[in-house]
Amino acid sequence: MEIHVNREGRRLEIYLKGELDHHGAKGLMARLDREMEIALPLQTVLDFGAVTFMDSSGIAVVMRARQRARELGGTLKLRKAAPQPRKVFDAAGISRLVEME
Amino acid sequence: MKGDNYVVVEFLSRSSNESFARMAAAGFAAQLDPTLDELGDIKTAVSEAVTNAIVHAYPDRLGKIVMKMRILDGQLLEIAIRDWGCGIDDVEQARQPLYTTGGEERSGMGFTIMESFTDRLQVKSVMGKGTTVTMRKRISQRLSAKR
Repeated sequence: MEIHVNREGRRLEIYLKGELDHHGAKGLMARLDREMEIALPLQTVLDFGAVTFMDSSGIAVVMRARQRARELGGTLKLRKAAPQPRKVFDAAGISRLVEME
Repeated sequence: MKGDNYVVVEFLSRSSNESFARMAAAGFAAQLDPTLDELGDIKTAVSEAVTNAIVHAYPDRLGKIVMKMRILDGQLLEIAIRDWGCGIDDVEQARQPLYTTGGEERSGMGFTIMESFTDRLQVKSVMGKGTTVTMRKRISQRLSAKR
């Protein structure tokens, strides 16, 4: 999984690209932790526009990012999930916990 | 109407094989002419079942995983994923949403997703012997499709 980061002040945008499964989840979480530690964001956006596949590992990643964002007193937003990742989010009821665009 | 068919794939419980298993399942299912949506459901369910075997069946060693895919009655896809790992103590509990014995990179939603993305899910497990997860999904017959 490739990621691209855009940081503007205390707004952090993270663009995910490729397949998000258990194989890549741990590395992705560590990377997100690091980026959030550096940026101390008040607003974090995870952009799923280029995620071509996601399983429940993506839910764990989002829940962790949500926890980190809360610890920093900030918010988390999910953006541009394609139908397949969106269906996984819906099955887990993620839209009740995290804002989805 | 196409005749029934099956494929058996064996692989090692390395996490790099998760994507292989998804692609193999999608490749086999392609002969049923599934929609993109159905294909996404199959890949997701297979990914969950294979990840469970890799994470939970063989927590501290590598082991064998066998995925058997069958077509029944022309339109019904059955995928059975079997391991010879440690087994699940309480299957009912394991199937509950958010229940997990995995690390922080697991969400506890694997079985919930397998259930909601397929038509039937059966889990057979014997402690110390292994687990077989069998999923069935009916692929819609498209009017335009020539079979």
